[in-house]
Amino acid sequence: MTALTTEMRDGGIALVTFDMPGESVNKLSREVVDEFRALMDRVDIDSSIRAVVLISGKPEMFIAGADIDQFLEIRTAAEAEAMSREGQEMVARIEKLRAPVLFAIHGACLGGGLETALAAAYRIATDHPKTVLALPEVQLGLIPGAGGTQRLPRRVGLRQSLDMILQGKNVRAKKALQIGLIDELVHPSILLDVALDRAAKLAAGTIARERGRTVHGVSDVLLEDNPVGRSVVFRKAREATKNATKGNYPAPLAAIDAIEQSYGGDAARGFSTEARLFGEMAVTDVSRQLIFLFFAGAALKKDPGVRTPGVQPTPVEKIGVLGAGFMGAGIAAIAAMQGTVVRLKDAQHERVAKGLREVHAILREQLKRKRITKRQLDDQLTLVGGTIDYSGFANAQIVIEAVFEDLAVKRAVLAEAEEAAPRAIIASNTSTIPIAQIASAARHPERVLGMHFFSPVQKMPLLEVVRSQRTSDAALATAVAYGKKLGKTVIVVQDAPGFYANRILAPYVNEAGLLLDEGVAVDAIDRALVEFGFPVGPLTLIDEVGLDIAGKSSATMLGAFGDRMVPSVSLARVIEAGRTGRKGGSGFYRYEQGKKKGVDESVYALFSSTGQRLGLGARDIVERCVFAMLNEAARCLEEGIIGSARDGDVGAVYGIGFPPFRGGPFRYLDTLGIPTVIRALEVLHGRFAPRFQPTALLRQMAGSGARFYPDRGKVH
Amino acid sequence: MPTFGNGRRVAIVAGLRTPFEKAGTLFKSISAQELGRAVVAELVARTGLDGEEVDTLVFGTVVPSVLAPNIAREVALLPMLPKGIPAVTVSRACTSANQAITDASDQIALGHADVAIAGGAESLSSVPILHSRGFADALVAASKAKSVPARVGALARIRPRDLIPITPAIAEPSTGETMGQSAEKMAKLNHISREEQDQYALRSHRLAAAGTQDGRLTAEIMPYYVPPAYKEFALSDNGIRPDSTLEQLAALKPVFDRRYGTVTAGNSSPLTDGAAAVILMSEERARALGYAPIAYVKSYAYAALDPGEQLLQAPVLAAPQALARAGLTLGDIDLVEMHEAFAAQVLSNLRGFESQEWAERAGLTRPVGEVDRSRLNVMGGSIAIGHPFGATGARVTMTLANELKRRGGQFGLMTLCAAGGMGFAMVLENAS
Repeated sequence: MTALTTEMRDGGIALVTFDMPGESVNKLSREVVDEFRALMDRVDIDSSIRAVVLISGKPEMFIAGADIDQFLEIRTAAEAEAMSREGQEMVARIEKLRAPVLFAIHGACLGGGLETALAAAYRIATDHPKTVLALPEVQLGLIPGAGGTQRLPRRVGLRQSLDMILQGKNVRAKKALQIGLIDELVHPSILLDVALDRAAKLAAGTIARERGRTVHGVSDVLLEDNPVGRSVVFRKAREATKNATKGNYPAPLAAIDAIEQSYGGDAARGFSTEARLFGEMAVTDVSRQLIFLFFAGAALKKDPGVRTPGVQPTPVEKIGVLGAGFMGAGIAAIAAMQGTVVRLKDAQHERVAKGLREVHAILREQLKRKRITKRQLDDQLTLVGGTIDYSGFANAQIVIEAVFEDLAVKRAVLAEAEEAAPRAIIASNTSTIPIAQIASAARHPERVLGMHFFSPVQKMPLLEVVRSQRTSDAALATAVAYGKKLGKTVIVVQDAPGFYANRILAPYVNEAGLLLDEGVAVDAIDRALVEFGFPVGPLTLIDEVGLDIAGKSSATMLGAFGDRMVPSVSLARVIEAGRTGRKGGSGFYRYEQGKKKGVDESVYALFSSTGQRLGLGARDIVERCVFAMLNEAARCLEEGIIGSARDGDVGAVYGIGFPPFRGGPFRYLDTLGIPTVIRALEVLHGRFAPRFQPTALLRQMAGSGARFYPDRGKVH
Repeated sequence: MPTFGNGRRVAIVAGLRTPFEKAGTLFKSISAQELGRAVVAELVARTGLDGEEVDTLVFGTVVPSVLAPNIAREVALLPMLPKGIPAVTVSRACTSANQAITDASDQIALGHADVAIAGGAESLSSVPILHSRGFADALVAASKAKSVPARVGALARIRPRDLIPITPAIAEPSTGETMGQSAEKMAKLNHISREEQDQYALRSHRLAAAGTQDGRLTAEIMPYYVPPAYKEFALSDNGIRPDSTLEQLAALKPVFDRRYGTVTAGNSSPLTDGAAAVILMSEERARALGYAPIAYVKSYAYAALDPGEQLLQAPVLAAPQALARAGLTLGDIDLVEMHEAFAAQVLSNLRGFESQEWAERAGLTRPVGEVDRSRLNVMGGSIAIGHPFGATGARVTMTLANELKRRGGQFGLMTLCAAGGMGFAMVLENAS
């Protein structure tokens, strides 16, 4: 079975349908590329073929890009560079082919697929929400390697191409037309007819093969058509990239270098620069880790969450949400976005109104970003019904409890929910209280579990579905399936205090607090961890979460895990002083109108008697905070809190911002080498016992020379 | 000839309305369509009705929105309902929601439908403002102009007087009388004193306040959180004045006849925004789906008389027809709901029921009878609760059905008057 099938149409137009057998998407694998070569060989010798139209045989999907599996087989930069050259050559051949090639695009056209499309003589795309074009290579730590850095700027201009390549973001069909990336935009049902017509015109010469840039404005002339303007653009791009990546991601800078070479006047040099830089990026650890996360996320999407075969999740059409606070409203909003009917309940009308206001704000943000239309916003709002009683709960499939973080309150609410929705799964959004405790008096504990969302719900991709001892497979499967429907990356965790994400966060935050006790400055701590790769430092993080909430969580951790989770004196004092962080206007930092203004120097008075700041190197700060987290993550795997290192890595990256370019705590442990980590932990344990005691699993693995991921890069 | 002679009974299984808010207040930025969608979404959510079961949707509205003339279909296109529900928008002035309910009932009785949603919505805060003819003509000419000079020429024809918009008055086209003027005329013809009207208005407010206080009335009302700010919310009708006094009412000046008039703003129903809807099912389908009927539609009738005569008196002709079709007399009726467009109108209707002259006009030998005041509008009526034209019919239906069930009565009668000299009456039978 071949991926490409060719059918001759009137006037010598070869209609090539790309439909990769056995795959849900079209990929430019080695085998497929060979088929393209054979096709071009045929076109070369058969002069009856006057034009070629390429269309996809997959519904609502054009070409997803290269076969990333094949990337993982690369061992050296030279191999990768050779791969890039091969790709460039194939694409160049399409550009120079005797017969003009037309791409008829319906669905996603990404990566190598778009690079190839750029070499075609003509591009028609459909006006359809699934039709998007992108060069997402930077998201995998790579750069476009089949000529994209050279051809895209020619087509859409420098700034647009920088925007597309550096962000890797999807360009929707309408925008693609506006920027000149595609030539025509049509309704899906006439795509083929228009494509065949234009192909005939290309063959006849009534449409010119070389048409240059179709969209070209005044600012393009000023900024892009001359070297001075361009150097300004490049400088700004480099600055912005350095600020955003903090030097942790080399690919965007490499992409800028490659793009810059395309203006050098020597086309061949541009392409060879692209190939060389592609080669360099392909063997970076950063790229390995990002590709790992890509595969891990994809594998998780397919993971039903239960190990028992044949358990069917129940489709969820209606949910109840208890608590119209920030979390409850966020959950209601994302549920409405998926068409779920929601009953949003709180005790008082004022709170319900506030919740609806928040739902509206979240949906309006979607409208502003053009992700939904006004009509969709109106429809989604009608899906959320506010109530102060349990009306409408009876036929809900899931009731999600997002009330005050207090065991007694949650127990009472659970009893009410069971009464009001006798067949529903009751899911608690608790972040610290074990499900078993909440469900202790439940009539149907088999239907009680945790669905722990992260804040803000509409942005944070992770969902921890917490399974208690008594939770049934059926309930779990339904919760996992629904979490995926909501667009979340779901990991199943066992019921224990802090579950996974908050549990590994706790010792990390505590170490930061202990560093404060020792006199290290607030911003020094945060700066060190941001340099390490976290989006914000630990003290900024708890300011954001709320110091009162962090304090509560901390108390729960202490109660559950004892000595290794003792919160610092400084943290305790700051919380006692009544500071709540961002929401209260001050915590470790000052906030004015919601904007962070700098360290609140007065905070030191709360816990530092001396006023002396200890200058501690970033490396030491990072070691203490991060190794505490790594050790705890290993303990979570050891205790079966998480089912696999994969879940732990994805959970940490998506849930608490563990640096993606390091792959996650378990990937990072492998990178550092477990024996190295144990040695460091032992030194720290010597100084700070009982903390930093290396967990048994790590010792055992060090002893046997095992790694968390035996195969380099691949996920099981 | 009895209604639904084929034996297929139509049950009211649930009903709900938004709070009714005086025009220009809390709901002033909300369209009738939004109100209608909100009430039906909540009704479906509360009852757990499977959208797939709904066969048809009928909605009434009086003042149409040019932007959304097909309000019923817009309601039927709610995301929690399947896209294949045919819907029709109906209009019969103040009995539009009744028209919706009887149309839906007819469809069920015919066997065309087993489950229907029917109701109505009105936003009198957003009354359409029309351009004058001169202005409209100039705009149309400008849009058809083929050149800039031609366009400018078309617009230059606009005169200052063309800019004065036409605000629709609620006047009868055939008589030129506004509804208030007709009510005034009826007060005089039927010798309804100012004091009687004020007393009646006071009664409406007191009983509505009591019903709000003890929760009987609010049980039918959904809380409405006002978009897009969601800062304010309404839980009950804001026209009800619990501490209204006779002195306050007496102090008001007559609106429609300065010199000899008795009809005031206080003894008339206010312009109001709101929506209401009910779920109707055939008796078998209700049973099959596990819904307990509240009441059955026993009979109904529409009547009409010359608008120039007594515009709002047609209930007096409709009621005996409905009773006859039900095989009942007034004596069999345990509870009565009469729409209160004006106190003068209700009191005129009541006089008419007792009148031999009106009986003969209706083809009866004896008058309908005296309505027992203790069974009439027991939780007040439109004067206090408010009157969103297109929705009132559904409100009255639901209130009657619910209160009938609460009291354990067997039959209830409702009457409504409407512009154009029309009237409506319906008999409900308690399902319990």
